Amino acid sequence: MDRNSPPPQQGKPRFTIVDFLLFAALAALIIYAVYRVNDVLVYHWNWSRVLGFLVKYDQESESWVSNLLLQGLATTLRLAIWATVFATLVGVVMGYWRTCQNLALRIVSRCYVELIRNIPPIVFIFIFYFFVSSQLFPAIGIHNIDKDNPWVANEVFAFLFGNPALLDNFLAGMICLSLFEGAYITEIVRAGIQSTPKGQWEAARSIGLSPFNVLRDIILPQAVRKILPPLAGQFITLIKDSAIISLISIQELTFVANEVAATTTRVFETWILVGAMYFVLCYSFALLFAHLERRAKRSQR
Amino acid sequence: MSESNNAPPLVEISGLCKWFGEFSALYDINLQVNSGERVVVCGPSGSGKSTMIRCINQLEEHQAGTIRVDGREVKPGMKQIEEVRRDVGMVFQSFNLFPHLTVVENLTIGPVRNKLVSKTEAVERAMHYLERVHIAEQANKYPPQLSGGQQQRVAIARSLCLQPKIMLFDEPTSALDPEMIAGVLDVMIELAEGGMTMICVTHEMGFARRVADRIVFMDFGEIVEVAEPETFFNSPQTDRAKLFLSQLLGH
Repeated sequence: MDRNSPPPQQGKPRFTIVDFLLFAALAALIIYAVYRVNDVLVYHWNWSRVLGFLVKYDQESESWVSNLLLQGLATTLRLAIWATVFATLVGVVMGYWRTCQNLALRIVSRCYVELIRNIPPIVFIFIFYFFVSSQLFPAIGIHNIDKDNPWVANEVFAFLFGNPALLDNFLAGMICLSLFEGAYITEIVRAGIQSTPKGQWEAARSIGLSPFNVLRDIILPQAVRKILPPLAGQFITLIKDSAIISLISIQELTFVANEVAATTTRVFETWILVGAMYFVLCYSFALLFAHLERRAKRSQR
Repeated sequence: MSESNNAPPLVEISGLCKWFGEFSALYDINLQVNSGERVVVCGPSGSGKSTMIRCINQLEEHQAGTIRVDGREVKPGMKQIEEVRRDVGMVFQSFNLFPHLTVVENLTIGPVRNKLVSKTEAVERAMHYLERVHIAEQANKYPPQLSGGQQQRVAIARSLCLQPKIMLFDEPTSALDPEMIAGVLDVMIELAEGGMTMICVTHEMGFARRVADRIVFMDFGEIVEVAEPETFFNSPQTDRAKLFLSQLLGH
């Protein structure tokens, strides 16, 4: 062996007998549980009926067309994306307020965050939804939007916002979700800003940059890099939290799943399928974000 | 050596007091620095050396006494503090370069945002000062790619780009590996010999002997002794200065 020799080969992790036994025990447990469920519940599985709610064959257009469940998934996705956009806007403003010099702004943003983080999402949404739909929306005339207006009644609009007839419903759900998640994003932004070393502030101010320029050119660019990973995670959390919106009759995936389960009485199949749909959606995004993060790290000097 | 003239001092501190909460960090500091003078501030840890120079550009706010920079009073909460800061360059112990900007961008952002020069002139100015600190070849690198000594020289160039009237150095070599200290000190010596007014907080006594017009010795938040280097090092007047010097080994 000399200075340039490679290191001695270390054993790679391999499956041992113990691991194999562990997996066998787990499999046995699951099989037993399924068997007992089948035996005790006298349940007649009917997957095809439920799967029929994913896609159906449309006689008129003679093609496969999305059915309720996929439409619900589309609504969930729209909710998640729009709510994340607005929640981020709210979060950035509030996050800045949490860290600025002005006492009033600090108090307001602190109250916002503490209020929302200390009540359950369902309760907040019930409170806020009824305020939004009965007070705010009539005040700004959402109901009066002409549903036949060409700006509204076209395919692009439907793609972005869903069925125009359900617009006020969708907006209400989106606003509730945005305000709720905004509180968590506020804390993410605040942490990003505060984790920027104090020396950066000092150096920037010592070369005569105004507070606005210090923030915009020096602090925020550095904070953004720290904020993006947790923000991505928050998007995935939002997809899951959006299930709560079903309680205020927004036609997203959970709401539709409830209806399908009730109609077909195939409770297990519906919820297992919907669980799988949420899983595929969330895990895909998780993999995507992990990939983007790795790419970003690699290109970092 | 500075010539005595009738020009007002560049920095005038009188009766300066600063507290951190209940703790008295500075008490009754009086100091005048004239244009072209090089002042080295030394003393044990916690003596208030850094706090004092940080009050000059209001990175710390003082509670009593007055500070004047080029005749203009510097106060906590004053509106035009940015104008003062353009005239007072500062070099930090931990360099504090902006890691998301290249070296050149680090240097141009100050002049450009302060609307002092156009973008092209700012780049020219940046390259000029990068050459002065002997680091022009690193212009398009990012700070994390540079060694400590290189980063500190970039930091010096960054302050110089604003063409300040006075440079403040807050222990510029204390965070550097020994082999890089000389490179930074050489740049500072060149700066001094070029006539830059500077107040330098440092433990590098060799540098002080070479460059300083005056040594200001501080202890426990007060200025204890002020003397020319030879007087200070060879025949210190106060007991505290004597004790401090005896603790410095062979600098």
